[in-house]
Amino acid sequence: MTLPTYDEVIAKWDPVLGLEVHVELNTNSKMFCSCATEFGAEPNTQTCPVCLALPGALPVVNEKAIESTILIGLALNCKIAPYSRFARKNYFYPDMPKNFQISQYDEPICFDGYVDVEIDTEDGPKQFRIEIERVHMEEDTGKSLHVGGATGRIHGANYSLLDYNRAGIPLVEIVTKIVPGTGKYAPEVAKAYVAELRDILRGLKVSDVKMEQGSLRCDANVSLKPIGSDVLGTRSETKNVNSLRSVERAIRGEMIRHAELLNDGKKVKQETRHFQEDTGLTRSGRSKEQAEDYRYFPDPDLVPVTPAAEWIEELSATLPERPSLRRKRIKEEWNVPDKEMQAMINADVLDIVEATVLLGADPTKARTWWLGEISRIANDQNVAIADLAITPADVAELVALVAAGELTDKLARQVVEGVIAGEGKPSEVVAKRGIKVVNDDGALMAAIEKVCAEQAETAEKVRGGHLPAAGALIGAVMKETKGQADAARVRELLLGHLGAQ
Amino acid sequence: MIQQTAAQMADALAKGETTSVELTQAHLDRIAAVDGQVKAFLHVDSEGALAQAKDVDARRKSGEKLSPIAGVPLALKDVLAQKGVPTTAGSKILQGWRPPYDSTVVSKLKDAGVVIMGKTNMDEFAMGSSTENSGYGPTFNPWDLTRTPGGSSGGSAAAVSAFEAPLAVGSDTGGSIRQPAALTGIVGVRPTYGAVSRFGLIAYSSSLDQAGPFGRTVLDTALLHEVMAGHDPKDATSINAPLPAVVAAAKSGDVKGMKIGVIKQLQGEGYQKGVQRRFDESLQVLAGLGAEIIEVDCPSFEYALAAYYLIAPSECSSNLARFDAMRYGLRTGDVDGASAEAVMSATRDAGFGREVKRRIILGTYALSSGYYDAYYGSAQKIRTLIIQDYAKAFTQADVLVSPTAPTTAYKIGEKVDDPMAMYLGDVATIPVNLAGICGMSLPAGLADEDNLPVGFQIMAPAMQDQRLYQAGAALEAALLSKWGAPILSKAPALGGK
Repeated sequence: MTLPTYDEVIAKWDPVLGLEVHVELNTNSKMFCSCATEFGAEPNTQTCPVCLALPGALPVVNEKAIESTILIGLALNCKIAPYSRFARKNYFYPDMPKNFQISQYDEPICFDGYVDVEIDTEDGPKQFRIEIERVHMEEDTGKSLHVGGATGRIHGANYSLLDYNRAGIPLVEIVTKIVPGTGKYAPEVAKAYVAELRDILRGLKVSDVKMEQGSLRCDANVSLKPIGSDVLGTRSETKNVNSLRSVERAIRGEMIRHAELLNDGKKVKQETRHFQEDTGLTRSGRSKEQAEDYRYFPDPDLVPVTPAAEWIEELSATLPERPSLRRKRIKEEWNVPDKEMQAMINADVLDIVEATVLLGADPTKARTWWLGEISRIANDQNVAIADLAITPADVAELVALVAAGELTDKLARQVVEGVIAGEGKPSEVVAKRGIKVVNDDGALMAAIEKVCAEQAETAEKVRGGHLPAAGALIGAVMKETKGQADAARVRELLLGHLGAQ
Repeated sequence: MIQQTAAQMADALAKGETTSVELTQAHLDRIAAVDGQVKAFLHVDSEGALAQAKDVDARRKSGEKLSPIAGVPLALKDVLAQKGVPTTAGSKILQGWRPPYDSTVVSKLKDAGVVIMGKTNMDEFAMGSSTENSGYGPTFNPWDLTRTPGGSSGGSAAAVSAFEAPLAVGSDTGGSIRQPAALTGIVGVRPTYGAVSRFGLIAYSSSLDQAGPFGRTVLDTALLHEVMAGHDPKDATSINAPLPAVVAAAKSGDVKGMKIGVIKQLQGEGYQKGVQRRFDESLQVLAGLGAEIIEVDCPSFEYALAAYYLIAPSECSSNLARFDAMRYGLRTGDVDGASAEAVMSATRDAGFGREVKRRIILGTYALSSGYYDAYYGSAQKIRTLIIQDYAKAFTQADVLVSPTAPTTAYKIGEKVDDPMAMYLGDVATIPVNLAGICGMSLPAGLADEDNLPVGFQIMAPAMQDQRLYQAGAALEAALLSKWGAPILSKAPALGGK
């Protein structure tokens, strides 16, 4: 039995998607208490009677989390409920201190929205509308670390350690309606949707949206139905999908797995599956004998959420530009080629380049610096561009210095190094390092004469009209002047000197 | 000294005639003398109490402005978290737990300089009406040590009735302050839901729980009420509004022109004859003071008990899920190889008593998918109807009244195997909790057939708690002049026998 190829799958089957995205909000305090939310703190240092569920402790809703959720709802074109409630989802698990999770059940705060995404196809760009069923608030659980045993999973572990720092971190869950009609593009559409969500959330500044740290997590529901059929197939829900690439891989993998079963006349089991980064496959989660009964009921410790219409309007007015529209605008305004635009998006430098341009830099120059030299240094040092000690203001200043002829590109690279090394603003680095363009033709001529004497043979070639050979001489002159000369001027003087013009 | 009212003690402290240390020591001595019989306390914090007393004496000496009841000692129901002091809610599952934080009520008491002498016995997690469901054995009624003091705040009520403390804090989810007050011949008030913070009150049923004061007089109760109540940002259901002036109302005590509604459904059949007689007499007294007595109809009250025994167990089944042996309290079954699930299960089996398990099972069932609408959903609808009944009745009357409990104190063990009979004892108190309004019980005399105290219940709309005190103080004064001496003077002597 061999797996069907992807082309074989889509020739026969039509995928239907459903995506649930969990977003950790970046509020300073937890959803229902005043504990800090910083990532990576020592275990159990960010806890209190409320998030440890000590007897008698009570939750109080974080207003900022409500504001963030409403912003998300508005950005996703949702309706905002004038009245919604928190419910308790009851089940026992050691990393959940109360043994119930406070969530929203049948009364979510935002509902009925949509997001448009665009993907590139062989027929050009294609748009898909992903409809949003609901956006609701809940709290995160703590984390279990299972020690001993081979797999790091609870099964076979000797004991488990519990860290409640994450317990009570505000989570927003964004649930799509079923997404039909994506056909062979299903994996790409899903990836584009999650990417678009990530960009929207980042633009709203409500979450760190770091998939690798779990602040944005995606559960992918996939089912297949025969092409042309109206009857939905049985779905599987894949959890643990922690990168954009994984979203695409997980869905593609599940489509193939489902098709294999269905082609064989077998049934797809409705179950939770876990994506495995290394193999790109999913494995079955703990199979439940029967559906869990969460005994949802309205949380009697909390009061209904009733945002005033004026407040929602105010928030609506603060919404930033939609990321997809912004990209389109920037591409047009700056006249950026497709490939370069994609490079900027991939390198995540759009914000920083735009900030540089807003400080007066030429868009192309600004883009080239951030995407070129600065990206290279970030790569070498293995840090994020944003974490380097260079700001849009520095780059804007740099671009201005080059434009004014006070720096050559080569010298400017040295200045960038200096700024990143913490030597100050570009002008300060220039002053401290004594970097300046050699404008003195006399000094340049001396260097040219010296080089032509040393490399007489090459000089002779140039004199004979073989201009490409001039490069070596120019390089040598630049070296002689410690790179502080303007290469164009050197060339001009050199060629004049050798009578080659 | 311990026979005085809290108001008198406060006055003596203010005048420098006594000190809080002296007063506290006198009560600790009384506890040492009689609590072996009454068993009102689960934990007596003599050291902590005397330290607090010393502190408040020093503050008074330095001329600091103190609350009206600063220096007066108090007994605290074990359902409220007090930092560093054992807090069990009457359950074995919390044996030995010392909270790392103070409940808001405790913070307020400490700020007011009230001396907390110890934690009082209660039905486990406040589930019960006789204190017999305590994991640590029952409390005995000071009026007759073979009888229950009522519950669930039986320890607090008995402590005040036995002069072990002039004031006590209880909590009332279905009558747990008013019923024991009635059965021990003292005053107890369940404030409006949301008036007293629930932060640090170990939850039984979140939408019904409310802490409140016990005293031997209406004024004493008001003095404690005023200290306990107030908005708390740590409790989302706390009401952010000015407090009703309960002390002023208790001091004025006037019912002239007041319309008093007798609830048709809460009297007559099912009520002990002596209870009904004292109730009727009290109505005559009130009428004699110029009140207008009318009858009001609350037809939905018939279903109150059924609704309560769905809502409270439902909420408790979720509230008590946190007792899982993972972070605090009892842990059993933690043998090599046992899963977390097995340890949780063994601990809950060993730590919870029968009544608690009964209610958890009942609530789990009522919330289950497929049963939710029929049980929890219907109960919420009844709750709405009861609120509407009250709303209508309060358009006709300023306050509503009934006997607090259908009977006087019953024998220990008498109803312990018949939960339904025990539940019926709360029939008159439960509607107040379901509607979130306020209620008071005060002594109406002794029943002829058993010479045991009878409670008279007054109910008022939400945030109109002052009406309870205004009517209660008037009735109390009239009855006192009729009897010639406080009702507790008729109780048998304890200790030293």
